[in-house]
Amino acid sequence: MSSRSSILTALRARPRVPSPAPLPALDEPFCTYPDPLAKFAEVLATVGGKAISVASHAEAQRVLQSEPAYRDAKLICSLVPGIGAPNLDLLQVADPHELEAVDFAVAPGRLAVAENAAIWVREADVPTRALLFITQHLCLVIDRTMLVSNMHEAYAQLELGKAEFGVFISGPSKTADIEQSLVIGAHGSRSLIVLVVG
Amino acid sequence: MSTRLAVLAPSQAHPTRAALFVANDERMHWHDKALWFVRQKRDKAAASVPEWERLRELASQIKTHTLIHLPEYLEAFEAKARALGAEVHWAKDAAEHNAIVLGILEAASAKRVVKSKSMLTEECHLNPFLEQRGYEVVDTDLGERIVQFRNEAPSHIVLPAIHIRKEEVGDTFHEHLGTEAGASDPQYLTEAARGHLRAKFMEADVGITGVNFAIAETGGFVVCTNEGNADLGTALPKIHIACMGIEKLLPRTRDLAVFLRLLARSATGQPITTYSSHFFGPRPQGKLHIILLDNGRSAISQSPEFKSSLHCIRCGACMNTCPVYRRSGGHSYGTTVPGPIGSILAPARDPQAYQSLPYACSLCGSCTDVCPVKINLHEQLLLMRHEVTRQGFLPRLKQLSMTLAGFVFQRPRLYAFLGAMGRGFARLLPTRWVNNRLNGWGRQRDLPPLPAKSFRALYRNRKPPR
Repeated sequence: MSSRSSILTALRARPRVPSPAPLPALDEPFCTYPDPLAKFAEVLATVGGKAISVASHAEAQRVLQSEPAYRDAKLICSLVPGIGAPNLDLLQVADPHELEAVDFAVAPGRLAVAENAAIWVREADVPTRALLFITQHLCLVIDRTMLVSNMHEAYAQLELGKAEFGVFISGPSKTADIEQSLVIGAHGSRSLIVLVVG
Repeated sequence: MSTRLAVLAPSQAHPTRAALFVANDERMHWHDKALWFVRQKRDKAAASVPEWERLRELASQIKTHTLIHLPEYLEAFEAKARALGAEVHWAKDAAEHNAIVLGILEAASAKRVVKSKSMLTEECHLNPFLEQRGYEVVDTDLGERIVQFRNEAPSHIVLPAIHIRKEEVGDTFHEHLGTEAGASDPQYLTEAARGHLRAKFMEADVGITGVNFAIAETGGFVVCTNEGNADLGTALPKIHIACMGIEKLLPRTRDLAVFLRLLARSATGQPITTYSSHFFGPRPQGKLHIILLDNGRSAISQSPEFKSSLHCIRCGACMNTCPVYRRSGGHSYGTTVPGPIGSILAPARDPQAYQSLPYACSLCGSCTDVCPVKINLHEQLLLMRHEVTRQGFLPRLKQLSMTLAGFVFQRPRLYAFLGAMGRGFARLLPTRWVNNRLNGWGRQRDLPPLPAKSFRALYRNRKPPR
């Protein structure tokens, strides 16, 4: 017997009573926030990131130029037209290893969650996903209308199941593995700026 | 690797191993405080969610339902994952799991492997298995890299190096990474590890990850990290091997909302991990292998008493709160998963080797109170004591004392008589007679002074209520 069928047989060994455990619908009211943006910015600060509200892409660009991580960056990659002055075109990158030297990356987020400052980033928007994790500093751009209060609302909006990677990012990379001392910048980005447009 | 295996050999009972840790009083108290700090962060995070208790209830309902229908959900997951382009393998035990990984590496002529945190591959002892066959396996989680350098096993499932002082990390990094001698600043040491591991990510042929949650309705799965190591480890090499226990399944995408809200808050007090990565099939021009491992899980799923231990999402909250774990350290359990949940999972598989673990517990119930999926941990620990005893694996001395105590407790008059004798004579005996070899409690402490009267006597002579 293959391992597959022996495992499935073992799981079915005991005759099962009709399910006493229905799956909850999860359609009940969960906690929402009167001002999701304020909550989002507050939580993002606690996880080491920084939210900046801007009216337009032009203002976003001005704000970015005052950020030291952006000003000092040598190799910049941007996937948001008009934000950041890229000198590396991701479409020209055949192998993700070539992104090792990227200092600053700008990418679009599709959704932002107030309760935990998580931002959904899709592979469709960032064709070489390594960029999100290999860059020294990351800037995510979201539209103000993309804010939801909690994870239930987030998953209700996301359409998952296509062959496409996606990731919730909340703050810069971090670790506390040495004596519980928080250190920002473990393997991934050393900082996270979130530009909220609109 | 011999040290690493020695750490995991279950030949010694918990008290013997714990004695080694407790011998360093200062370290024991430091360890206790470090974990209690994490527990307090968890409390704060839990209190910030108004529907916390409701989420725990929902998580428990979802897991209970999933476990009942696990075969169907596994089949659905397999079909969907294949449709997304992943290759799905089934392993009934650790040996088969490791053989599958080896087969994938051989077929790809791969030599270098980067691994993100996976307790499952620890459970299978995958590292020594591959290293003995000439492969380089690099644990990329910082805590795991530290214990790997030191030839140790992780002592905690979320905080693998929680038992190690920063000065010791400094010494280890000085030896392996050439950091300055005596340097112990966590920022400096982390930066050194970042540089070292970036190089490993860049040259790796294969990335191995664990799986936090797999979704039956989509064939996708979620991996949670704070460091981003699982992402770098799968975005750079072309081959991704995801190793998961068969109990990691959830039915629907929307169920993830409940579990991602609970996981990081319970584990470290964070609102969510930095990266919650959702994989749906291989990346373009890449390969994805998913290994579904049983290794005793299907047997536990058939046990009415212990099946809910498979609800565990490996947050570690039960460890952080456990008074025994905090003071005895993770290595005292001799298992991959230590603490309260490990003291159920290990003896459920091998009651003889792990008979002492359900006794590494004061039955205080704190683990049950913090468990995000509401596993009745302390009740199961008590049941596991029954199980170990029923199967005849209790050490003889303990068996004898339990039989004696049972005999006395069933005879109230005998109990009263012996109590009176004890109160009368025991105070006259020299301390070293009371703290004799058979009295384990007397090894580190004296008995409190014996009262002059029994509770029953006090109760009889109490003042009538006014």
